[in-house]
Amino acid sequence: MPDAAGGGYWQGVARALRRDPASLASGVVVLLIFALAAFAPWLAPADPYKASMLRRLLPIGSAGFPLGTDELGRDMVSRLMYGGRLSLVMGVLPVLLAFVIGTSVGLFAGYVGGRWNMAIMRVLDVFYAFPSVLLAVAVSGALGPGMSNSLIALTLVFVPQIVRVAESVTTQVRRLDYIDAARMSGAGTLSIVRVHVLGNVLGPVFVYATGLVSVCMILASGLSFLGLGVKPPEPEWGLMLNTLRSAIYVNPWVAALPGAMIFATSIAFNLLADGVRSAMDIRR
Amino acid sequence: MLGYLLRRLLYALPIALGVTLVSFTLVYIAPGDPLNAIAPADAPADVIESLKVTYGLDRPMPVRYGLWLARALQGDLGASIASGRSVAAEVMGAVGNTLRLASVAAAVGVTLGCVLGALAGYFARGWIDRFASALSVVGVSVPHYWLGLVLTIVFSIRLDWLPAMGAGPSGSGEWAWDEEHLRHLVLPAATLAVIPMGIITRTVRALVADTLSQEFVVALRARGLGSLAIFRHVARNVAPTVLAVGGLQVGYLMGGSILVETVFAWPGTGFLLNTAIFQRDIPLLQGTLLVLCLFFVALNLVVDVAQPWLDPRMARA
Amino acid sequence: MSADSVLAAPTDRGGPAQPLLRVSHLKKRFALRGGGVLEAKKYLRAVDDVGFEIAKAETLGMVGESGCGKSTTARLIARLIEPDAGELVFDGDAVGRFGGMALKEFRRNLQMVFQDSAASLNPRLALLDAVAYGPRVHGLSASAARHRAAALLDRVGLAPAQFGARYPHELSGGQRQRVSIARALAFEPRLVILDEAVAALDKSVQAQVLNLLQELKVERGLTYLFISHDLQVVRYLADRVLVMYLGRVVEIGTVARLYSAARHPYTRALLSAVPSMDPSRRTERSPLAGDPPNPIDPPSGCRFRDRCAHAAEVCARIEPALFETVPGHLAACHLDDPASGHPEARVPLASIAMPDGVGA
Repeated sequence: MPDAAGGGYWQGVARALRRDPASLASGVVVLLIFALAAFAPWLAPADPYKASMLRRLLPIGSAGFPLGTDELGRDMVSRLMYGGRLSLVMGVLPVLLAFVIGTSVGLFAGYVGGRWNMAIMRVLDVFYAFPSVLLAVAVSGALGPGMSNSLIALTLVFVPQIVRVAESVTTQVRRLDYIDAARMSGAGTLSIVRVHVLGNVLGPVFVYATGLVSVCMILASGLSFLGLGVKPPEPEWGLMLNTLRSAIYVNPWVAALPGAMIFATSIAFNLLADGVRSAMDIRR
Repeated sequence: MLGYLLRRLLYALPIALGVTLVSFTLVYIAPGDPLNAIAPADAPADVIESLKVTYGLDRPMPVRYGLWLARALQGDLGASIASGRSVAAEVMGAVGNTLRLASVAAAVGVTLGCVLGALAGYFARGWIDRFASALSVVGVSVPHYWLGLVLTIVFSIRLDWLPAMGAGPSGSGEWAWDEEHLRHLVLPAATLAVIPMGIITRTVRALVADTLSQEFVVALRARGLGSLAIFRHVARNVAPTVLAVGGLQVGYLMGGSILVETVFAWPGTGFLLNTAIFQRDIPLLQGTLLVLCLFFVALNLVVDVAQPWLDPRMARA
Repeated sequence: MSADSVLAAPTDRGGPAQPLLRVSHLKKRFALRGGGVLEAKKYLRAVDDVGFEIAKAETLGMVGESGCGKSTTARLIARLIEPDAGELVFDGDAVGRFGGMALKEFRRNLQMVFQDSAASLNPRLALLDAVAYGPRVHGLSASAARHRAAALLDRVGLAPAQFGARYPHELSGGQRQRVSIARALAFEPRLVILDEAVAALDKSVQAQVLNLLQELKVERGLTYLFISHDLQVVRYLADRVLVMYLGRVVEIGTVARLYSAARHPYTRALLSAVPSMDPSRRTERSPLAGDPPNPIDPPSGCRFRDRCAHAAEVCARIEPALFETVPGHLAACHLDDPASGHPEARVPLASIAMPDGVGA
């Protein structure tokens, strides 16, 4: 079967990305953060769970603890590195799941049209009527604290948004003449969707989804901040912000560190997503 | 026009109904018996039974939903399990606080965003454009609860200019637009304002740059119109979108203020929701969700209806 | 099943006298978004009882203003839209009917080239793959399909070595239309519908593509249904012409007779609107009076009557049917039917001079 788009397109996108300084820098930062998180067990200087009440809330720059210690005396550098694993997973996984589910539903609704389309979109409109933060908190709260519950809640928040984009693009593509030409060639629906529709839908949806990652990260950490996500003593940036809150009177900069990590990751992701969007646009 | 209004209203009703359904059933999706939140585990059987009847848990779900909805339409949202007070009263009180916070934050954010965005669009690719774009990226990327903490650290702890928590001096129940209360409002509003500012800056910048590049502006300049007149023309083109997005932002802030309210212990709906979740206070949870979401739906409706009035291109839709 | 027998050239049945395609009583209406409960449902009768025949190896031109139903008719024939009523008979076999021809088989015999060359090709498929897709669907192996695609690209003037791996956005409009034509030919169809296929091209490019179409027609014994709003082009390419107005056929005839002695007032108006290089032929008044029609609420009786200079009382009462004025030439106008009761109705003559002298 003929493939969709040749390798020339993606090489062009990569080249465009390399040339843009903002995208390059943010790409490096993202990779760095991912690497630190992924290789935390080998790179972390100390055990993130090892507590010591004697060494509580040491300031930044203390001997042996370059970024200080938290309210239970645990090394911040290690906590931050390990924390990155959960924070990143909670930021990326729901978007990934929503991408898969959302694209499938959107493709179906967009291609089939008619009553099915209306039914699906109306149901989604109900979920769209909830502001995302509220929905995430409400579902997470209803399901109970815990990481998997938060993941479910977050996926639920992003699915309607992705379905909307996927459906819209699919409907537009569906109207184009080359789909009619494909139908006239006697091809079955599945073949047409796979060869002609899917390739043209995935691009815009992917671009949209990359913009969602930073939102998801902030939301996920926010849930942990409220006590609804990851549970202690697991390190996670949002949870760390929560437990360190009372420390802002004693050692404010240590207390602010986890949020700084969220901020840095989020900005880097956003800039990278913007860069990817521009790079993919030129080709269109 | 009336037809459009009617159609829009008709369309919003099933959504509102769906919202009430979700608000009601959401609390029951968790595994486990909701009764556990109300009664201690070792309570005697007859106490459990009477509790069941009081809270209507002995009836099937659709009946419970119908009863709840009927009462809600009359303004009765039940009583909070934790405090015993009327849910409606608690929610309305909290809504007022959140509304104050959200509207001030939206106003500040939208205004700042408009100014920055307009300047950026007008002087496109200049230093102000880059500055505004950077600021807007920050606005969209920053975790606002963390920003609240940082602002608290700087302005409250280090500099001691502003209070760290609460909506007013302790012990005061009512809100008043006086200096004390306003000082409590500054930090949370500033934190919250960053969100709409980021979005509006980006939107306005794109719109202004786009409008200015259109041919009719060149035609206006050729006719000798001064900058102020052109500004009025541009503003008229940009205004509908800004109002739409800004209006929606108010709704979004109302629903999404929970994190900022938690940081500043602002007694709004977000704070209430937080309490309700952790105490598994079912009526309070349902009531708060319902009010917040219906408000959002109503706001969407208002914005949709106002659109054709502001933007004649949409009037034919 | 050998590769070639899958896509063997389809065989002729019935001989040259049998029309390749007969369309009868084709109807399609679209429901409009009415008020729902409050207003009665409104319908747009896009195609309202259309019937005609296409003979083998002929080019039938289909003309009319925008919105008259030409494209809808084409899509109904191609079964891209389902008709509300009507019958298609392809070389003697009823299409889609029990005992007749199956839809998939029909699709092999009939192909279409669309107007918007950019929208006609999948932007993510290389040209060779785009042309090879259809044959692959019908069972040809990947290499055989690519082989066939390469040969076709070559035939339409795009060297496969140079163009095969390119993408649609790298080509000009005219080149894209050639690819669409190649793709249509991949099935060895017998009938090709060209829906405004050259309308969006520059005149010089149009000429190239039209010449290509003529060559291919002779080479492969194709039959064309050529839809266009451009009367000059239709005159060049077509053998017979069909004129549509508001979803109905108003006149059919050979090119020679239609362009020199059209019977229907609408056709005459269209022809006189064609600009002429001859300064002695000037049009002082606009040939068509009145506003363009509303397809949702057509006038009673003859649909053209409120723009017709010859409208009479009978025109508002009775809708004229297609009447054979001269063998092979049909027109739907009361003027041609002496029994219609129209005061100006005359016995049809072999030819009548045109009011503005639009000649051959």
